[in-house]
Amino acid sequence: MRVMKRLAALALCAVMLALSLSACHGSRGMPAFEIPGQFDTSRDYEITFWAKNDTNKTQTAIYQRAIADFETLYPNIKVNLRLYTDYGRIYNDVITNIATRTTPNVCITYPDHIATYLIGDEVVVPLDGLMRDEKYGLGGSELRFDGPAADELVPQFIGECAIGDRHYALPYMRSTEACYVNKTYVEKLGYTLPETLTWDFVWEVSDAATARDADGNYLVNGQKVMIPFIYKSTDNMMIQMLRQRNAGYSDESGDVLIFNDTTRELLFNIADHVEKGAFSTFKISSYPANFLNAGQCIFAVDSTAGATWMGTDAPLLDISEDKLVEFETAVMTVPQFDVNDPKMISQGPSVCVFNKSDPQEVLASWLFAQYLLTNDVQIAYSETEGYLPVTSKALNDPQYREYLSRRGEDDQEHYYVKIDAAKLLMDNVQYTFVTPVFNGSASLRDAAGQMIENVVKSVRRHETLDGEYMTKLQRDVTALYRLDQFGDVTASGIGELGPMPATSKALLMTLAAVWAGLGVLALCRFVRRRRR
Amino acid sequence: MKKIIAVALVLVTVLALAGCSSKSSDPNVITHAQYVEKALDEEVVIETYVQAHQSWWDNKVTVYAQSKDGAYFIYEMAATEEEAKKLTPGTKIKVTGYKSEWAGEVEIVDATFEILKGSYKAKATDVTKLLGTDELIKHQNEFVSFKGMTVEDYGDGNAFAYKNPEEKSDDLYFKVSKDGKTYEFCVEFYLTGKDTDVYKAVEGLKIGDKVDLEGFLYWYEGANPHITSVKVVK
Repeated sequence: MRVMKRLAALALCAVMLALSLSACHGSRGMPAFEIPGQFDTSRDYEITFWAKNDTNKTQTAIYQRAIADFETLYPNIKVNLRLYTDYGRIYNDVITNIATRTTPNVCITYPDHIATYLIGDEVVVPLDGLMRDEKYGLGGSELRFDGPAADELVPQFIGECAIGDRHYALPYMRSTEACYVNKTYVEKLGYTLPETLTWDFVWEVSDAATARDADGNYLVNGQKVMIPFIYKSTDNMMIQMLRQRNAGYSDESGDVLIFNDTTRELLFNIADHVEKGAFSTFKISSYPANFLNAGQCIFAVDSTAGATWMGTDAPLLDISEDKLVEFETAVMTVPQFDVNDPKMISQGPSVCVFNKSDPQEVLASWLFAQYLLTNDVQIAYSETEGYLPVTSKALNDPQYREYLSRRGEDDQEHYYVKIDAAKLLMDNVQYTFVTPVFNGSASLRDAAGQMIENVVKSVRRHETLDGEYMTKLQRDVTALYRLDQFGDVTASGIGELGPMPATSKALLMTLAAVWAGLGVLALCRFVRRRRR
Repeated sequence: MKKIIAVALVLVTVLALAGCSSKSSDPNVITHAQYVEKALDEEVVIETYVQAHQSWWDNKVTVYAQSKDGAYFIYEMAATEEEAKKLTPGTKIKVTGYKSEWAGEVEIVDATFEILKGSYKAKATDVTKLLGTDELIKHQNEFVSFKGMTVEDYGDGNAFAYKNPEEKSDDLYFKVSKDGKTYEFCVEFYLTGKDTDVYKAVEGLKIGDKVDLEGFLYWYEGANPHITSVKVVK
């Protein structure tokens, strides 16, 4: 952690220093990228690609193979891969390197992060022109690979990469959350799984599962431990609940709308079930998968990209074999308030291209970023977890169709839970949503989850939960995540109002530096918790 | 006779004072045995001694602490960087927090502390014979040793694995066996980073090495000691 602390300090200092120097000396920053008419193949290029794997050797191998294949097609472009095990560190390092103009060329990222990168002048390349370019754009005539055409990107997924009226990333993989259900126990409790899970159903079954015998053993599993419902990401839990209830969270301008009556109602309801011992969270208890696989949880909500950890026959396990319990796993959408209007979050990595002084280098970077959308890469990577390819070209490819059709043939490549998780997203793409992206949206997301975490802890500690408690909770998370300091510095505003005066730029850059520092600290917290 | 009585009185006085000094004046302070009996999520107040801590960050520090009657893992205790620097091995602290459990690890969370007078450094308890038994968990969080363990293949013919092999900026994992049973141990990066002797020692391990190990008996879905010392003995 010493490293993280130093990085945080360095990032803040470097950004502050670089920005203040540039302000003092009137530097104009990086020139806006202009697409060259022709890719100069007489020159050699060396580009860097910062990527993330899920501590998964297969994913690393896929990246390496993609690079080798790309370099075969473009012998004048060398791609250097740098791998990370979490997005937080990538974000952290990018912020540090923006100040020193040593950003990578291509980077796996999330739109929330890009919103912060965009505060820098021409740091991230808007991709709209590149995507449309006849020669080198999507499906372009000069490409040396069979990439997707523009209309072969899943509209929902490419739409998520737009900030304001521009696209600053390409989608790479998509996932959502799934509820991994111990169907065996649901039926043992006398219930039948509905077609679509509702919050009412999940709470009712979870409450029922807390019944114990005189010795304190839970009736449903005969064990001393049972947490019927565990949620991995309480950020997502609150965000999805609010969206399903059409309640406020935030808007495109960065206004914080999360403190409303619906939020309070939801928190009180969650508290009721915590009181009964029916609900807990990853941060408070541990990974939902571990409890699920030990027969100590019935509804485990986690990413579809975590499907290989779920179920009796999961290829990846964190508990010993002797703790494993036999049960049938059902992969279902997250609980809904209205089954006729389901809503679920869309998540997953995207790829952005950083601007450089040499437009030819940027073009080389774009070619590689685009290569990641080819079927070979998309299909291979998606099969490592419950990810979904982001192009219809890959989704409709016979090879991918065959992969899906072989569901359950084995407990590795064709593990049924993993394929069901991918299919879940495939069948529900039209019901997915993303939250507005603005500078500070990552903090608001943390605050959303923190409110649930605090309520769960307070109930377990027998504190009084009433209106006064909720008011204090709102005050506490506002202060902790500085929610009252979000200005109107929204990414969506960038590029729409023409060039800003130099003083305004300087002010915004200072704000960015502060945000960068705060972001780094917040990420340190995020990274730390997930590393236990 | 007077001399004998005088000496006896002095001894009694000294012993009485010693007894007083080891017992807290705060009636809320509990012993380790009482801590074990406490239910999860109850508030606890303990006095104990720092044995080690992970690197400070964001006004929090995670502490491995031990008293003569038992050990504690204090997760993300509130501390400024200056305060954390004072938490050197042996430092006596009074901790107020909540008893909690995460993946089998019983710990104190949401804790605050104050430094008291006193010092104690625990010697490693040899728990080799307790591996694989129900007795081992009674030593959870203690500074312990494992003698004569054999390094096993962690996978693909390697004696250990990096959590982040490309950057080497994360935990190390390795497996050791005794009497036919294999156990997974960890070098926690935030406790002992890549510049420490133990990190380097694990990087130098070979399958089949006989090793003596020391560390804190952390728990993650079973015993998962955070190793602080590795010595190849054969």
